[in-house]
Amino acid sequence: MFVEPNTIKVQIKRGSNQSSFTQEFEVPEQDNQTVLDLVTYIQEYIDPTVSYRFACRVGMCGSCGMMVNGEPRWTCRTHVKKVLGSSKAIEVGPLGNLPVIKDLVVDMDPFFDKWIAVGGVHHPSKNRHQSIEKIDESSAERVFANEAVECINCGVCYAACDVVSANNDYFGPAALNRAWSLVNDVKTENKEAILDAVSGNSGCHNCHSQQNCSNYCPNELNPSASIASLKRKVFASKIKNLLGSAK
Amino acid sequence: MISAKLYILQRLTALIMAPLVLGHLVLMIYAVQGGLSASEILGRTQGSAFWAIFYALFVFAVSVHAAIGVRTVLFEWLKIRGSVLELLSWGLGLGLLVMGLYSVYAVTA
Ligand code: SF4
Ligand code: SF4
Ligand code: FES
Repeated sequence: MFVEPNTIKVQIKRGSNQSSFTQEFEVPEQDNQTVLDLVTYIQEYIDPTVSYRFACRVGMCGSCGMMVNGEPRWTCRTHVKKVLGSSKAIEVGPLGNLPVIKDLVVDMDPFFDKWIAVGGVHHPSKNRHQSIEKIDESSAERVFANEAVECINCGVCYAACDVVSANNDYFGPAALNRAWSLVNDVKTENKEAILDAVSGNSGCHNCHSQQNCSNYCPNELNPSASIASLKRKVFASKIKNLLGSAK
Repeated sequence: MISAKLYILQRLTALIMAPLVLGHLVLMIYAVQGGLSASEILGRTQGSAFWAIFYALFVFAVSVHAAIGVRTVLFEWLKIRGSVLELLSWGLGLGLLVMGLYSVYAVTA
């Protein structure tokens, strides 16, 4: 006898920032299903107009970030089992704190503009004719940089940050985490410029250190700690400048 | 929106306040446990340069520290921006400073 598979109710937040609505779909339950699988099923078999974004499906590219039951997650590595309650329903919405283009697709421009604003673009200390900078793997700076360097730019931490919600100009955890890795990178020229950029009005001092970013980062990075370290570094350099100019 | 300057000012005033709060608490407990009357307390504080400086410093640090903290709350929660934000937060700081220094004057002069 054929047994109907169990179904999962998937509520998708659709539309844009201007007008949005929630649409419910029923998706057959399967073993080892991810939230991204649910959305893909809907788009392939039920409603091809549902828009969403993904690329690698293995947690490397950072393009599948969405709100799942109100929490930011990388959907390709989020198992349905993990987020499905007894109600057998899941809410999926566009990543928070970013403008919605359509349905589950957000505009990542503000997120990446802030990477540039903190000095996140590579500023090489050598040109192509010079030999490449040697990296001492065991130096304290390199250890700091290594901890911050595995970011996949998924924006999950950015969506989880209350300060970004309250103040849209705030650079946010990912960009500042990037700045911290660059400040510790021997291949970066003019680290003072990065420290200046992160200590502006939209910078690291806005962070309240309540660590939502670190809780949600799927790569288990700790942007909150990076930001605290930036604050200490800026503090030390400002006090030093103050004492220097008083002489 | 908080500048590095304000952030540093808030940490420095916290640094000043930390020992003063402890001193203040110890003093309060001592005065209450010892059963000192108001006039006995005033007898000891009036004319004392030490307590005048202790509490004047305290009041100054509190006013700056609180104004910066409230400024952030006004900015993030009430979305107050621009000169209104500066006026409200520094107005609060000034109010605390004036009231605080007035009390310090009253018990130590
Ligand atoms: S610790 Fe800072 S950056 Fe991280 S979520 Fe909180 S306020 Fe945002
Ligand atoms: S720090 Fe973590 S959550 Fe934030 S963008 Fe990078 S990988 Fe994503
Ligand atoms: S699709 Fe690439 S990280 Fe999820």
